[in-house]
Amino acid sequence: MISDPLLQQSSPVLEEGSDDDQLLRVSLGPQHPSTHGVFRMNVELDGETVVRLKPVFGYLHRNHEKIAEGQTYLSSMPFTDRLDYICPLTNNWAYAHAVEKLAGIEVPERAEYMRVITAELTRLINHTAFAGFFLGDMGAWGSALMYAFREREKILDLFEDLTGARMMSNFMRFGGCRNDLPDGWLERCRALVDNYEPFLDEMEMFLLGNEILIARTQDVGQLPKETLINGGITGPMLRAAGVAYDIRKVDPYGIYDRFDFKMPLGEKGDCYDRLMIRFLEMRESLKILKQAIKDIPEGDFIAPKAKIRGFKPPVGEAYGRIEGPKGELGFYLVSDGTPQPYRYRVRPPSFVNLTLLEEMCVGLDIADVVIILGSVDIVLGEVDR
Amino acid sequence: MMLGNVEFEMAWLAPEQWPRLPQHLVEWLVALCGLPEWLVSIAGWFTSAGVVVGVFMGLFALLSLIERKTLARVQNRYGPNRAGWFGILQPVADGIKMLTKEDIVPAKADWLLHLLGPVLIVIPSILALGVIPYGQDWVPVPLELGLVFFFAVGAMTEIAVFVAGWASGSKFPMLGAMRAISQMVSYELPLIISALAVVMMSGTLSLPEIVESQGGYTLGFLPQWNLFTPWGLSAGVVFFIACIAEANRCPFDLPEGESEIVAGHMTEYSGFKYALFFIGEYLGLFAISALGITLFLGGWQSPLPIFDFLPSWLWFFAKLAVVIFIFLWIRATFPRVRIDQLMRFAWLCLIPIALLSLPTAAIWHYANKANNDIVAWIATMPLVLIPWVVLTVLFNRRLSPATTRTYHFAE
Repeated sequence: MISDPLLQQSSPVLEEGSDDDQLLRVSLGPQHPSTHGVFRMNVELDGETVVRLKPVFGYLHRNHEKIAEGQTYLSSMPFTDRLDYICPLTNNWAYAHAVEKLAGIEVPERAEYMRVITAELTRLINHTAFAGFFLGDMGAWGSALMYAFREREKILDLFEDLTGARMMSNFMRFGGCRNDLPDGWLERCRALVDNYEPFLDEMEMFLLGNEILIARTQDVGQLPKETLINGGITGPMLRAAGVAYDIRKVDPYGIYDRFDFKMPLGEKGDCYDRLMIRFLEMRESLKILKQAIKDIPEGDFIAPKAKIRGFKPPVGEAYGRIEGPKGELGFYLVSDGTPQPYRYRVRPPSFVNLTLLEEMCVGLDIADVVIILGSVDIVLGEVDR
Repeated sequence: MMLGNVEFEMAWLAPEQWPRLPQHLVEWLVALCGLPEWLVSIAGWFTSAGVVVGVFMGLFALLSLIERKTLARVQNRYGPNRAGWFGILQPVADGIKMLTKEDIVPAKADWLLHLLGPVLIVIPSILALGVIPYGQDWVPVPLELGLVFFFAVGAMTEIAVFVAGWASGSKFPMLGAMRAISQMVSYELPLIISALAVVMMSGTLSLPEIVESQGGYTLGFLPQWNLFTPWGLSAGVVFFIACIAEANRCPFDLPEGESEIVAGHMTEYSGFKYALFFIGEYLGLFAISALGITLFLGGWQSPLPIFDFLPSWLWFFAKLAVVIFIFLWIRATFPRVRIDQLMRFAWLCLIPIALLSLPTAAIWHYANKANNDIVAWIATMPLVLIPWVVLTVLFNRRLSPATTRTYHFAE
């Protein structure tokens, strides 16, 4: 009856005449409009209610970690852009952070500020796009997405001037950034930050009071705090459930301890809270951006002694983690003293946050599965690597 | 004027008579050839049907462009603008693309039913369009039981959707078909009950007579359309909401809910069969909007007495354009509801209100008979307002347990 071996794995108990015979087995994805790429869920449905759900991934596997072990530290840097392609600059930072820990490189002050500014702009991109995708999953025909992308384009314009690329922008280097800020860039950035607040007000007015959105998202996909912590969930998804865990606060990296910002926390941790937390976080990001743009000093954009060619970190290991827009993004590196890393491992937030998908979805409708998946906020480039 | 041996009336050329002109001309030409009387009327029927199909196919092409343009404008972009001037040739390009695409029938599909699905969805829509009064004296098929006929053929589209979903032999279409059946059966009820209120008031099932009964103006300017009475407003709103669900439009487009079940019953269709679904859907949209206009918006009646000189069919199509635009607007704005919310909305909210509009209409009728407008308004307004308020509040409670959330901030 079932020819797909993956489906057979997902349903170990299949007795003749049992209820399992009555279930409808559907493969949502990998070519499905709202699985955010090539993600696949093997779902068993009773009517429209989900009885079992098994995530299947690997369709976008690119051997990222193994490739990185065969080349120099620096040449892995452009590949990190392709992990979470919505927010390449935080990926850069996480990798640079890990290498700097490994080799003990000091980062100049101006470079730290530049990193904070680009990372927070990236967070804005990610959360804005999230709101659009989320409404798209809910069937709003891309209206919210188009408005979200209008603002994203403005930030991408800034990134284009800074790094030369709109999407796979590559900016960080070990010990600083690749180049200094172009003339007038900070003023344009300041104007963008000032204009972002009205846009957020507009989005919140349109979206968050919508009766259908509230009906679809409230009390959908919530899990107890303990389960989330045990599952290793990080990022907005964890904070929506009320757990105060933000690496910028609990393990400050860079210069985040200098800024005045807060951690918004939800209570229930359902899909509505996850959307709301992201909106609140964007406002906190704007606060950080304003402070950073005001305080940024003159100076070097990269440590003068940082070696670009022939870079060989000492023997040892290091785990560098930052608060990516989607959660804890970490790079674990083992060096054997050669120009190539001995082991290179990514801790992707999208992937870890996906692990509790079945727990969230069982017992709900197939329509809920789609928005729960949307609320987790995954990028398949990062899940599959 | 006598041309040949058959009368050609100049009155046929008046703007009011334009929709009938092809029919008149064909009848006149056939009579000119000296063919028997019964052949003349059959030729007239065929021309009449041809005009309906032709006009609405043209409107379908136009609407497919306008819809994309409207959605694009709402979404802050341009929409199709490459093919022809302002993208005016886009429907032609779409048609060519659809016609030249490969027609794929899945191996597990029942090929006959798979073919019948899209055909069955177009035919009832065209049939339903036949009984609508488009102008003062232009009803393609003036049936005595026009309303009953409309709902009878309208119900056939549900079977067509189920046939398409079942015959595809695939899972997403099956889910879509199940959704379609439950949704359409539930929403048929409020649709018919709210139409019943109109039937009660006008005392007829014939659509042209329903339009006639809405003629005239209160105080010389307010048209006496059913929508402008308490019971009519209540029934009209219910009818409109049920229309959206019947036409499978957002936010009730669950049977083809793109982000959930790919394309529902249309998943396994390609090429022109897929296009037929679109044609059927748009024609159905035209038909149900036309019925709503007939029942509640005074059909071809003009909204103000000073505009009475304009041809009646022009008013009909103007109203159609407005109603269709509202459909597009809603589609561009709302997210989709979930199936259980959809069903709850129909059974707990729409059907009670639709049922209540029946006694309200009766009270209105008897108060009006006693020639007492004020009493009629006072007696009926509470009957309309209270259920609306109570049900919306109750429904909102059930729908969303807590709409206000508090968020706190940690350092």
